[in-house]
Amino acid sequence: MKIKLCGVRGSFQTSDAETKTFGTRTSCTMVVEDGELLILDAGSGIQHFNSINFSAKRVDILLTHLHMDHILGLGFFSPFFIPEQEVHIWGPKTSSQSLRTRLSRYLSPPLFPVLLRDLPCNLFFHEIGNAEFEINHFKIKSNYIIHPGPTIGFRVTGNHSVFTYMPDHEPALGRNGMIRNPKWISGFDIALNADILYHDAQYTSEEYQGKKGWGHSSIEDALQYASLCKVKNILLAHHDPAHSDDQLEKIYLNIKVISEGLTHYEVAKEGNEIDLP
Amino acid sequence: MPAYGIEIILSRQLADSLTMPVFITDTVGNLIFYNTPAEETLGQRFEDTGEMPVDVWSVIFKPVDEFAKPIVPGDLPLVKTLTNRLPYHKTFWIKSLQGQLEKIELTSYPIISKENEFLGAVAIFWKIKENEN
Repeated sequence: MKIKLCGVRGSFQTSDAETKTFGTRTSCTMVVEDGELLILDAGSGIQHFNSINFSAKRVDILLTHLHMDHILGLGFFSPFFIPEQEVHIWGPKTSSQSLRTRLSRYLSPPLFPVLLRDLPCNLFFHEIGNAEFEINHFKIKSNYIIHPGPTIGFRVTGNHSVFTYMPDHEPALGRNGMIRNPKWISGFDIALNADILYHDAQYTSEEYQGKKGWGHSSIEDALQYASLCKVKNILLAHHDPAHSDDQLEKIYLNIKVISEGLTHYEVAKEGNEIDLP
Repeated sequence: MPAYGIEIILSRQLADSLTMPVFITDTVGNLIFYNTPAEETLGQRFEDTGEMPVDVWSVIFKPVDEFAKPIVPGDLPLVKTLTNRLPYHKTFWIKSLQGQLEKIELTSYPIISKENEFLGAVAIFWKIKENEN
């Protein structure tokens, strides 16, 4: 299984040179195995799709939720404009509007010139919540997780490895933070024992104090979460757009000291590729 | 056992932040969480008891009406919520740990997920002084 990090920036795309090392583009990760591809979220990082050689008749995009930084790239996704191309979009179910209706709020004027209905590709929508399903050879489990608005995390099982994706997640939301009992931990079942957990780590713990309820995690909470879920590695991502490369380097120098004994971690960088067996 | 849905987890986190006693049950009435103010009413600590089966915790309270007549379980808001998956409210009296009758207002409501799945119920109550209302 190959995991390509196409966009690891949180909230909105940056453009200044000071953020280029960790990356400017918003949430998008590609999972490739046996020539089959899954695209997780469609932030501006989906532009990396154009640089890969992929010509399958079917492409699948799995959306964790519909906040702008996770769907911004949809309008510029080249397979949308290829007749006969099958595009499957999977996203969280709600009890009110359909996934198609919610997405068309962005993919229609005045926000976007092309209507969803006018796209030449064959578009399919799949609404999911707490579910288990298969896409090609991938087995996928989705669970609602804590983040404002309907949001799901994904556990992707390939031939030999498990990759869990939760770019926006605030499991510590509450008066006393995370409840350290697996039954009371958001997303525990999809994160448990994952080979790699891709997780929200937008803030330092000091910043988090003023941003509780915004739907994101502190780096420390993300590490604690990974440890409670016994994941083998955690990829810390969804970097705050206000954090420059220098600031992130300094923040993670400090984290290195306090994370002693916790799960092995890496800081997500746009463009990085990770190979799993 | 799988983790609870986020609707239950967030209900507990909210209950943990309130001064009113809150009980959270699963779909059949097993008590899966009660907050610190509820501990005073129940006379037990969640830290000590953990979750409690419905037949254990339901007998702790002895609810009565204004004539001190026992209220049958089927007339209690939480039981009705578990049966009908609807919110209910009732004023009644319970015997305190000191043996005194205390007037309470209790509201119960179902927890129904975005997928329309019934996940459990919440009961929240207020002690009312006799000269109130």
